[in-house]
Amino acid sequence: MTTFVQLVVNGLGKGAVFALLALGFVVIFKATGVINFAHGSLVLIGGYLVAISVGALGFPAATAIGIAGAGLAALLIERLLVSRSRLADPNSLALLTIGVDVVVAEDIFRRLGTTVPYLGAPWDAHPVRLGNITLFSTQLVALVVGLVLITAFFLAFRFSDWGIAMRAQAENPEAAALMGIRRSRVTATAWLVAGMLAGVAVVFIVTQDFSGIGLSRTTHAIAFAAFPAAILGGLDSTAGAVVGGLVVGLVDALSAQYVSFDFAKVAVFLAMLVVLVARPSGLFGTREVTRV
Amino acid sequence: MSETALATPEFSAAGRPAGRLRRRNWPAIIAWAVVLLILVLLPLYLPPGLLSAGQYVMVGAVGAIGLTLVFGQAGQLSLAHAFFLLVGGTAYSVLAGETTQAGAERIVGFGWPPLLALIGAVVITALFGLAFAPVAGRLKGIYLGIASLALVYIGFYLGRALPALTGGASSGRNPEPFSLFGFPFTNEGDIALFGVPLRQPERLWYLFLVVLVIGYLLAAGAMRGRVGRAWRAVRDHEAAAAAMGVNVLRAKAVAFAVSAAYAGLAGVLLVLWYGLLKPDESEFGNYGLNTSIAFLAMVLIGGLGSIPGAVAGALIVWGSQQILTLFAADLGLGTALSGFSPTVISLYVYGLAVIAVVLFEPGGLAAIGRNTVAALRGRRRSDMDSSGASGRRSAPPGKDGK
Repeated sequence: MTTFVQLVVNGLGKGAVFALLALGFVVIFKATGVINFAHGSLVLIGGYLVAISVGALGFPAATAIGIAGAGLAALLIERLLVSRSRLADPNSLALLTIGVDVVVAEDIFRRLGTTVPYLGAPWDAHPVRLGNITLFSTQLVALVVGLVLITAFFLAFRFSDWGIAMRAQAENPEAAALMGIRRSRVTATAWLVAGMLAGVAVVFIVTQDFSGIGLSRTTHAIAFAAFPAAILGGLDSTAGAVVGGLVVGLVDALSAQYVSFDFAKVAVFLAMLVVLVARPSGLFGTREVTRV
Repeated sequence: MSETALATPEFSAAGRPAGRLRRRNWPAIIAWAVVLLILVLLPLYLPPGLLSAGQYVMVGAVGAIGLTLVFGQAGQLSLAHAFFLLVGGTAYSVLAGETTQAGAERIVGFGWPPLLALIGAVVITALFGLAFAPVAGRLKGIYLGIASLALVYIGFYLGRALPALTGGASSGRNPEPFSLFGFPFTNEGDIALFGVPLRQPERLWYLFLVVLVIGYLLAAGAMRGRVGRAWRAVRDHEAAAAAMGVNVLRAKAVAFAVSAAYAGLAGVLLVLWYGLLKPDESEFGNYGLNTSIAFLAMVLIGGLGSIPGAVAGALIVWGSQQILTLFAADLGLGTALSGFSPTVISLYVYGLAVIAVVLFEPGGLAAIGRNTVAALRGRRRSDMDSSGASGRRSAPPGKDGK
């Protein structure tokens, strides 16, 4: 039972990180209809910036640079590539982001060379003991930070002008444009926010507690698990992204313990497959209706 | 996702049969004959490195043809190609191999004749593709692509979990060398062509070439026939296709099975090329997501739905990596671990090529080729112009795919 509680808390902590990534996917999808395959690259850019600046500037400043850099990179992808081909359909733009991901990720790996740096999170590898339960502090911090950011996001999404503009555009682009909502501003901020969320997530992923390995191809592979998280919850549902992220975190933690570490990587995708067969648009996604 | 956006309208049945029946397209036939002749003569002149690179490209081309059928023609995005490659390679190794004891592990083999094992491997992979059909039938577009991604992870797990079949991730297993009615595709025996001895590399080249040509012709036939028309109808509008009497679920299932069969065949060729079947030790190995994406890049660069395009895409994506590796020293490139290695450069090349294709020429190399031919013939009509870029732009934004 203690193991189980331990796993659930740690799984939820990982889940909070996946939720941040999945939220980024969903925000981009809602604003531009594009599935961003380059999300893993944004994670890597953030991580790389932290890794090279943490020695000189210390962790807080380096993290700020990483978050800003990841956001900026996302903004650049949107401004330079996605917004230029506004008339191309979203599916070809998704393929375009695959191209971006190949180039950017490979460039980061080339820069890293043989080094596998950690990002120097001060809370990493300091397990917390509550009675006979051992918890990873990274996962605890991730849970808290995740809850704060997700709450802030939902408040902004619900009440701020940006959130209203964003939801209006997702609902009906033509009407939103007629109401004076500037499409380019909405899409640009959506990518910026998604990039920054990825920049936050990487600080937790590249720790001994979470992935057990420094910034590397594994980081990119882990970021990919945010895909099942977003799809599971439904690509156009922000609440779904959070639920999906938590499900992915829990499935990962529980299957790694009770089946095998190898199986955990598959389990996440199997869970997604099961949900998709039962509900093709995810748990909270809008059902597609075909009009003839 | 309706693939209207990436459609290649000139493959519609109109126009082609008339030209095919009335007057033979002699320039094209002669061009193909010349290309084939060159491919037959090349192994007599090429050094071993380039020979091996050429074989690798042919393996890629076989796989890419399968992907261009399911994605370009039937409009079903599949990221599972790497999984089917693994299934094909494993099935061949198990069917053709002998049961051996490697340490504590008993490696299973049936000892079939290699040709039978190859056919068996293709059939088994096709069945795996068919087994995915219930999922494919329910999903569309990117959802389908990501669902198919699950197969790659399942393959990654099974490859490691079933060492009796795959030989395990640490050592792998050696596939039985191919032989045809007693003729071995190895260094055994002495045969020569124009005084050049045909040894394993040359023999494998001809084997791969024959497989590629057969695969190419079958795909072209499927595309021109009833199956291909059904695929394109499903791609362009599922509801309309159903109304026209196309069995949508069956068309999708067939597309997945055929594409998987091609990938399985490529998987068999791949283990013959490596001389080794080795499941991945990490998520980014030979049968990982990156391989699926490499195949996707091939068909995108070549032009979705175009079979010659798929072959050209394989040449760019897999060929560039091999050729850069061969000439790395001459070009002053780094080794695998330092800086701009050949692999890194080839990834830049095809990553950027994918971006360029989506931004500037959604029809890929196939559209560029068609436009060039049309311009050379001096009958570049307005409808030829619209085949690539503007064809997709005719769809109102936001209306397509949703």
